[in-house]
Amino acid sequence: MVNVIWACMAIIGILYALFNGTMDEVNEAIVESAGSAVTLSIGLIGILVFWLGMMKIAEEAGILKWMTKLLRPLIVKIFPEIPKDHPALGYILSNLTANLFGLGNAATPLGIKAMQEMKKLSKSDVASRSMITFLAINTSSLTLIPTTVIAIRMQYNSVSPTEIVATTVIASLAGVVSAVLIDRYYYKKESRRK
Amino acid sequence: MSWLIIVSSWFIPCFILIVLVVATVKKLPSYELFVEGGKEGVKLAFSLLPFLVGMIVAITILRSSGALDAFIGLLAPVLSFLGFPPEVLPLALIRPISGTAALGMTTELIQTYGPDSFIGRLASTMQGSTDTTLYVLTIYFGAVGIRRMRYALKVGLLADLVGIIVSVIIVTLVFG
Repeated sequence: MVNVIWACMAIIGILYALFNGTMDEVNEAIVESAGSAVTLSIGLIGILVFWLGMMKIAEEAGILKWMTKLLRPLIVKIFPEIPKDHPALGYILSNLTANLFGLGNAATPLGIKAMQEMKKLSKSDVASRSMITFLAINTSSLTLIPTTVIAIRMQYNSVSPTEIVATTVIASLAGVVSAVLIDRYYYKKESRRK
Repeated sequence: MSWLIIVSSWFIPCFILIVLVVATVKKLPSYELFVEGGKEGVKLAFSLLPFLVGMIVAITILRSSGALDAFIGLLAPVLSFLGFPPEVLPLALIRPISGTAALGMTTELIQTYGPDSFIGRLASTMQGSTDTTLYVLTIYFGAVGIRRMRYALKVGLLADLVGIIVSVIIVTLVFG
């Protein structure tokens, strides 16, 4: 899907330029934007290095584990089908905590482990209720620190690159809460039909 | 709502403070851990490079030809009526499909309109507040061989829609 969208953007642009005489602008844009994209990527290195370095310390200092403990009572309620002492809950918690801190690379393997544990519970190739709830929460990913966005804002000389942190947290919290509610709605709708 | 802006600017320094104090109290080799974790950042930035070049060039072609503005102009009356800036529509549409494509679009919007403009702030909030639904579904269901995903896609996409609507409302309220 992305391949088609990506190709179509360029195709439509070039065809439009062909009929509207904006080919010179397009030529200039290709050369300039490729260069500016590289400058941007290089510029991102600083903040990404700093932040991932910080997160490594946070992880070793046990701050992630502390967050996991804090979230546990809530998670047990959201996943009523998983037994309280089941390892799936532990993986779900660590996956969500890693996401919370913007550690996408650490979150993915933990999420896959959580899915494997949930599959052991359901023993089928149909998505279980808990799996869908887990995915719903993950797709709207609760984030505390949107590192990459802050880095891009710095690159383009924002007066206050971090001013969007609170709006981001609120928007993502709304996404997660509605994901859980919509998930419940469809679950109830489907079980009523049976 | 200006206290939200203050919370935003205090949040990161305070987090760093807590991390470093805890690490020092626990006698951890904080500097060495920092360097070890930071190496990941170099890899990450370079792995993003081709995605950003590809996406930014494609959008710039679309924009500089005049096609994007024509498209936005077509939809503007309806969207403006709803309080949704039409310039951000392409980003809202691609956000659930591809994370890197959305990152490219966010960057292009910030570059074109400025990071501290309404559109720049809205694009930043949208990009940061959600994950790529299609990617998450593919990876997680693929990894454990789920064939029937039932209502999962519907839930993910509806939650994205709510996130986008809330982004517009909250950015309007805070920065309006």
